[in-house]
Amino acid sequence: MRYVTSVGMEVHAELLTKTKMFCRCPNAFGGEVNTRVCPVCLGLPGSLPVINRQAVEHVVRTALALNCQIAMWSVFHRKNYFYPDLPKGYQISQYGETNPIGYHGWIEIPSEDGENKVSIQRVHLEEDTGKLMHLPGGKAGVDFNRAGVPLMEIVTAFPPDIHTPDEAREYLHYLRLTLIHLGASDGKMEQGSFRCEPNISVAPEGSDKLGTKTELKNLGSFKAVSIGIQHEAERMISTIDNGGELHQETRGWDEGRQISYPMRKKEREHDYRYFPDPDLPPMVFDEEYIEGLRAALPELPLQRRKRYIRQLGLSAYDASLLITDDPGWAEYFDEAVSLGGSPKLICNWMNGDFLAMLNEEGLPARESSVSPAHIVDLVALLESNRINGKQAKEIFEQSFKTGEKPSDIVKREGLEQLTDESEIRKAVKEAMNQNPDAVQKYKEGKTNIQGFLIGQVMKKTQGKANPEIVSRVMTEELER
Amino acid sequence: MSLVSLSVSEMRSGLLNREFSAVELAQAHLDRLSELDPSVKAFVTVDPETTLAQAKHAQARIDSGDATPMLGIPIALKDNMVTKGMRTTCSSKILENYVPQYQGTAASKLESLGAVFLGKTNLDEFAMGTSTEYSAFFATRNPWNLECVPGGSSGGSAAAVASQMAPISFGSDTGGSVRQPASLCGVVGFKPTYGRVSRYGLIAFASSLDQIGPFARCVSDAIDAFESVMGRDAMDSTTIEASYDASVARTPALNGKRLAMPRELFSDDISPDVRAVVRDALDAMSNSGAIIEEVSLPIIEHGVSTYYIIAPAEASSNLARFDGVRYGLRVDGANSIDMMTNTRSAGFGKEVQERIIIGTYVLSSGYYDAFYAKACQARTLMKRQFEEVFTKYDAVICPTSPTTAFRLGEKLDDPMALKLADFCTIPANMGGFPALSLPCGLANGLPVGLQLIAKSFDEEHLFSIALATEEVLPKIGMPAIA
Repeated sequence: MRYVTSVGMEVHAELLTKTKMFCRCPNAFGGEVNTRVCPVCLGLPGSLPVINRQAVEHVVRTALALNCQIAMWSVFHRKNYFYPDLPKGYQISQYGETNPIGYHGWIEIPSEDGENKVSIQRVHLEEDTGKLMHLPGGKAGVDFNRAGVPLMEIVTAFPPDIHTPDEAREYLHYLRLTLIHLGASDGKMEQGSFRCEPNISVAPEGSDKLGTKTELKNLGSFKAVSIGIQHEAERMISTIDNGGELHQETRGWDEGRQISYPMRKKEREHDYRYFPDPDLPPMVFDEEYIEGLRAALPELPLQRRKRYIRQLGLSAYDASLLITDDPGWAEYFDEAVSLGGSPKLICNWMNGDFLAMLNEEGLPARESSVSPAHIVDLVALLESNRINGKQAKEIFEQSFKTGEKPSDIVKREGLEQLTDESEIRKAVKEAMNQNPDAVQKYKEGKTNIQGFLIGQVMKKTQGKANPEIVSRVMTEELER
Repeated sequence: MSLVSLSVSEMRSGLLNREFSAVELAQAHLDRLSELDPSVKAFVTVDPETTLAQAKHAQARIDSGDATPMLGIPIALKDNMVTKGMRTTCSSKILENYVPQYQGTAASKLESLGAVFLGKTNLDEFAMGTSTEYSAFFATRNPWNLECVPGGSSGGSAAAVASQMAPISFGSDTGGSVRQPASLCGVVGFKPTYGRVSRYGLIAFASSLDQIGPFARCVSDAIDAFESVMGRDAMDSTTIEASYDASVARTPALNGKRLAMPRELFSDDISPDVRAVVRDALDAMSNSGAIIEEVSLPIIEHGVSTYYIIAPAEASSNLARFDGVRYGLRVDGANSIDMMTNTRSAGFGKEVQERIIIGTYVLSSGYYDAFYAKACQARTLMKRQFEEVFTKYDAVICPTSPTTAFRLGEKLDDPMALKLADFCTIPANMGGFPALSLPCGLANGLPVGLQLIAKSFDEEHLFSIALATEEVLPKIGMPAIA
């Protein structure tokens, strides 16, 4: 029997804000335990939460970017449960179908023949918990630095649109890039600021019902997500094929052994006793505020990708090199393209020598002495055949060091490419006269010796000769 | 004349005229406290050293020409109001040794105004009760009769003011916890409009109902106390910046005021002796030109049952933080959940546990709609019915408590009777309205309270009517103990 896998995605992203969700403690990562805490985020008796506007704005912008409806009247709820890392005995979160700040949206992800839509059920705002730490002697401690950090939860719609590990990976990739380009989150999976818990089920092809689902936890990377989903689907299928029974449960991913293991069975839904938090007034948005934020949204990664491929003619691979965790990189590219010049060449230069130099120096593009105009200048020299590729490399290296415009360097150092055919022919003949052995070998059929002779010509012209012309003239002379 | 019997305004002028010092005033109250509190048992924590240090500091400010209204005035705070460095117990074993690291907004305002803290007063554990008998430590006695309860849950604060251990005290009122003990102890008690006083630092019982309010021996002192803690607070987003005209508040006015008397609060649910005293008070007010008319607010009948769903629901969540992990009592267990279970079982009293269980139940899936959601609807209806009355009347007038002070232990076996004690006070919490109780006479030697309820944020007119009413009511004097 053939099976269809379905994957629902629950993503938690910590928001980039100055302060925590409901208090004035700084929102940061790491540091000495329990140093960014106050009566509010420690849940001391009598303390009260106050909503962080910046966090709300991040969620509204994300919801807009994910084509969601915006709840113009949205409340916070209390999700009640006991756990040592939860200071108040409840998490302030958002509950309900149309109450979360954003609901009923979608995001596009690339597919083989264009784009697929993944429907989003909701985008809501909540607070993070503290972190349990195991101490020597079987004891545990809690670090509350993370408690109260603003957390955005993004959940895909049911039934799921994602059916393969690759789609899951693309979804996460574009969702993460979207959050980063919006400035809403830093998307650092390794620091836990972008966390993903897929739920997976398999059902016989053609079935209108989904199978029993498991939720997978402890996935530390995109690779782990796709391998984990693949593994889990295979495990489920082989269980069914062997006449076994699946249980609704939460399973952990063992990165070392590359397998999932049962964590806890979900006999029934935990009753969190959600109710509106009486300490917080409802958030009421007006049309003007929402439309203002919508109008100010930046170009999103997938839109950009489409434009690069369809309007600028870049390959999917090139587009992916430009649309990265640093939105400034694509902006740099866009600026260069707007100044004129071949997008493909600009892309190649940026992702080739320029990127290597930046990485070596540990510099962001904008802080280097090379501006988009420098790249465009260099590309123009190449396109008009005034310099060759080898010269371009040297010129660019100089430009990177000094900030001098490539065309100025060419002028100052007289580096313009030699394209005068009669001069090149003179140099070709000289090289042939000085290397009769090589010419003889060529005539005996060892035609690849031509490369050696071309090298001699380049040497004579201090590398300035246009290699294409040299090669054509050389062939003519040798075949004469 | 003893310093402890002065009104706040008399104390203020005495201090400013150098008739006595803030230290002498504080010492007089501390002496009074050591003399009477062993029998009244109003205070959970006193700290004379801190009190005298604050008094010295206040005196220094007076000497430097500062004339801040609360400068040097001794006050007592209910022990669910967080005080930095001073033990705050909620009269619960779970917080018996808890010393807060921060100052609540009300305490902080009072401190900066120069008030002198006498100590923390007893309450029903976590403010859940109407007699102060549910304190985990001891029961407070009514100064009018030591065999009787002072009411609750702010019984300690009421008794402290009635017995002249403090001229002013603060309590919290969730369903009547300031007004009902004020009524039973023969003092003025005031619950401000919800959102008028910051709850930051008030250990929450039911967040949508809780409000800090003052006790005093006269309306004018209560206004002083209220004005020193009111105002929007950036730390409490349920507070609102609303106008308040202090000069209107200070101008007594009764003539021509239209007052509504809800039939449901003069029914047989109210004891005949209380009704008789309140009727006499209404007659006196009519004679001074007040227009008193009977109205019907049938939703009042559902007040107690609505309250006993909403308040426990919020409490079940508010009290979840007392888990033994970060502060307060911890009773070890095999794992963290066992530890929490053991801690909460040992740390919370029976009444608190019962309310947590009720609150958990009414919020559970499958019961939420039938109980919590329904109660919220009833609450909205109650608010609307009162607001309708306020379109035609300046205030609602009624008894504060269905009975006078009852004997200690008398109702402990009848938890429903204890809960009915809030019958007259609950509507003001449900609607968020400001409400004041003032003594209007004695029945069998025990005080009877008259309650005035006004529309939200109309404290100024409520005070104005209360001041005028106070003038026409018989003076009940002081309890014999004082």
